[in-house]
Amino acid sequence: MPRLSRWFIRAALVNLAVGFTIGGLLLGHKAFPVHPLLWRLFPLHIELLLFGWTLQLIMGVGFWIFPRFWRSRGNERPAWLAFFLLNAGVWLAGLSPMLSLPPVLLTTGRLLELAAVAAFAVHAWPRIKPPGASGRGF
Amino acid sequence: MPPLTRWFIKTAMVYLAAALLVGLGLAARGLGYVPAWWTALSPVYFHLFMVGWVAQLIFGVVYWMFPKYSQAHPHGSERAWLAVYWCLNAGLLLRAVAEPMLTLWPVVGWRWGVAVSALLQWTAGLLFVVNTWSRVKER
Repeated sequence: MPRLSRWFIRAALVNLAVGFTIGGLLLGHKAFPVHPLLWRLFPLHIELLLFGWTLQLIMGVGFWIFPRFWRSRGNERPAWLAFFLLNAGVWLAGLSPMLSLPPVLLTTGRLLELAAVAAFAVHAWPRIKPPGASGRGF
Repeated sequence: MPPLTRWFIKTAMVYLAAALLVGLGLAARGLGYVPAWWTALSPVYFHLFMVGWVAQLIFGVVYWMFPKYSQAHPHGSERAWLAVYWCLNAGLLLRAVAEPMLTLWPVVGWRWGVAVSALLQWTAGLLFVVNTWSRVKER
């Protein structure tokens, strides 16, 4: 498993642990209410598990197992960029509503997530190919 | 494909079908054939899909395909993996019953059902993370 996949997958596991912990707290709070402010964690719970865990794990495994060009995975820079953009976006979009930050920060978080997906697509698109092909065709 | 992976994936497929059935009921409320209490299943619908299907499918494939922990113990602790499977599914099934029941009939028994389901699912998630962490390696 290459280095970038290890970063993607370990970050995904951290997000899973934090996301499940928040989810457990929210579900427990439904049973035995602790404090109404706990519901402020809900957007972070969604963001961490949908994008920080599921999407990030898919990117990490995709970078690892998609077809290669001989022994190279092609241009890795956009994939590294995707890693940093995605994690910045997830935490910004997750924390903004929780901390009542200006709405522009939530939008920025979502833009970072979108940019991460675009960067990952730039890396992965040529690797979605038959064995031995150059990756230039569809 | 190892036996536990088959259990994870087949159980995940059952949850996918269950989630889609619940979703069908939620969508059909407007037609007047589905009772109003079905609305209480909204959070269950989402979690049957995301936990029962998506997360469980991922857990099964990770158990199978990630680099070996060691030659003697390729998947890490088998006991911990079994605990992941049983805690996740017991927790989710309990939630699927207790959460809507708590909305409709908030008595202390359903409160404990929801609380225990939260603890079981959280335990499954944490055990998965701990058992997978050391398999995220070069080879």
